[in-house]
Amino acid sequence: MYREKETCITGIGQSAIYRKPTVYPFTLALDACEAAIADAGLTPADIDGVACHPLGSSMVGEGNASASPTDIQKSLDLKLTYYGSGENAAQFSPVLNAIAAITAGYCKHVLVWRAMGERWIPMYSHGFKAAVLPRSVSWKVWLEPFWAPSASNWVGIHASAHMHKYGITREQMSAIPIVQRRNAARNPKAIYREPLTLDQYMDARMVSTPFCLYDCDVPCDGTTAVVISRADLAKDMRQKPVFFEAVGGGAQGNIGDWVSRPDFPDMMMHDAAKMMWSRTDLKPKDVDTAHLYDGFTYLAMFWLEALGFCKEGESGAFIEGGHRISPDGELPLNTNGGQLSEGRMHAFGHLHEAVLQLRGQAGDRQIKDAKVSVSGVGGGGLGGAVLLRAD
Amino acid sequence: MSEAPLMRPLPVITDMNSYFWRSGGEGLRILRCGGCDRYSHPYVGRCPSCGSRDVKPQTVSGRATVVGFTVNHQPWFPHVPVPYVIAYVELEEQSDIRLATNIVNCPVEDVAIGMKVKVVFEKQDDDIYIPLFEPA
Repeated sequence: MYREKETCITGIGQSAIYRKPTVYPFTLALDACEAAIADAGLTPADIDGVACHPLGSSMVGEGNASASPTDIQKSLDLKLTYYGSGENAAQFSPVLNAIAAITAGYCKHVLVWRAMGERWIPMYSHGFKAAVLPRSVSWKVWLEPFWAPSASNWVGIHASAHMHKYGITREQMSAIPIVQRRNAARNPKAIYREPLTLDQYMDARMVSTPFCLYDCDVPCDGTTAVVISRADLAKDMRQKPVFFEAVGGGAQGNIGDWVSRPDFPDMMMHDAAKMMWSRTDLKPKDVDTAHLYDGFTYLAMFWLEALGFCKEGESGAFIEGGHRISPDGELPLNTNGGQLSEGRMHAFGHLHEAVLQLRGQAGDRQIKDAKVSVSGVGGGGLGGAVLLRAD
Repeated sequence: MSEAPLMRPLPVITDMNSYFWRSGGEGLRILRCGGCDRYSHPYVGRCPSCGSRDVKPQTVSGRATVVGFTVNHQPWFPHVPVPYVIAYVELEEQSDIRLATNIVNCPVEDVAIGMKVKVVFEKQDDDIYIPLFEPA
């Protein structure tokens, strides 16, 4: 028995999302956590677990993790029988850990959040402009000495190899940012809501080939939080629960390793997807909406292949023209605009949107009769996937 | 190299990686197993193929093939001129030994997947030799 099926999402909350530094990111994290607990019909006294990615003892002030478990616990005065995280499924690590903790009986309701403050404290602001560059450690020693500090470089190399192997074009890639921008017009929180044209895309400045500006997601300040609960408790709760049908993470390739995976250009997402499908009888054809990580367009394309929505090498043809991935297509993709338009909520924007769709609360962007949604996050050296169902 | 090289984020040198970064520029050193002759990278205490602890650095040919690359245009490092090429290369000795590197001494637009390259070292501070690759 795959015990994630005994757990569900009972609450979601999301702060405002800012492109310019406006509100201190920890305040936004509190907004989201309080909202998620209230949405579940709970109070902080009911929360007996927390899980967060990355964990960190106190990382308040860091742009990439602007609300640590230590500070959220103290702020909300949480009495915990479980706290923890650790990497095993990229940004969904705390989701998988929360599920494990609940099914192990450590706790009943786990608060999980992802706090982004990358505009308040921009990435690289205290590093690469210094007179002496910081030394590289861990797996980054194999990348940073070659002036490759950014995921745009790492994913770019995988994407270039995949495009070369299968003849995929930038015109095909453009369908993802263009369709998602159209979706974002129906998301009041999205940072960019104006239409994006093919000409704009093709004329945009390059960041790291094959990625132009519009292939790269949008750093922002904002937090998304969810409450994960034991399913038998959800019957009497405020919202219709959204159940975990299957989850995937793990590492068949080396953890954190972008360079040396034998099946390059495949990535860790392929392992996460395989594990997820091994834990359910549902198939790709059963999925109503897809919420796939789009830190870069090509990650979503790799996810489409890894999850089996198309064959290996066919993601370019699958998305071409955008019909299949539009809201009225066979596989509506990133209906909130994704990270390319809504902002880099770092996978939890995708999870939040999947829950809204399955609850039927997505407003103007609601996909009719959405019952099953998939979300895959990360890619490269880490990956996580969840399959969610409405009932 | 006569001119002082541009500053790079240098690796923290440890007992596990010094064989690679402090090669003295004499040649690219990759670990090889005394039990099964397979190469491995980086050092993990044993041969991942056969489990033998008899794993030692060996100088390889330095010849490799570009298997993927990106032309970086973003000025992450203000002192480094863009564009420049970041590539993954596979070593001639064993195709699953793959390194990230820069392709140098070659116009950016000439870099291609499948291109044959060979190692060239750039001496940095702290006796670190950065293995870069140029057209073979």
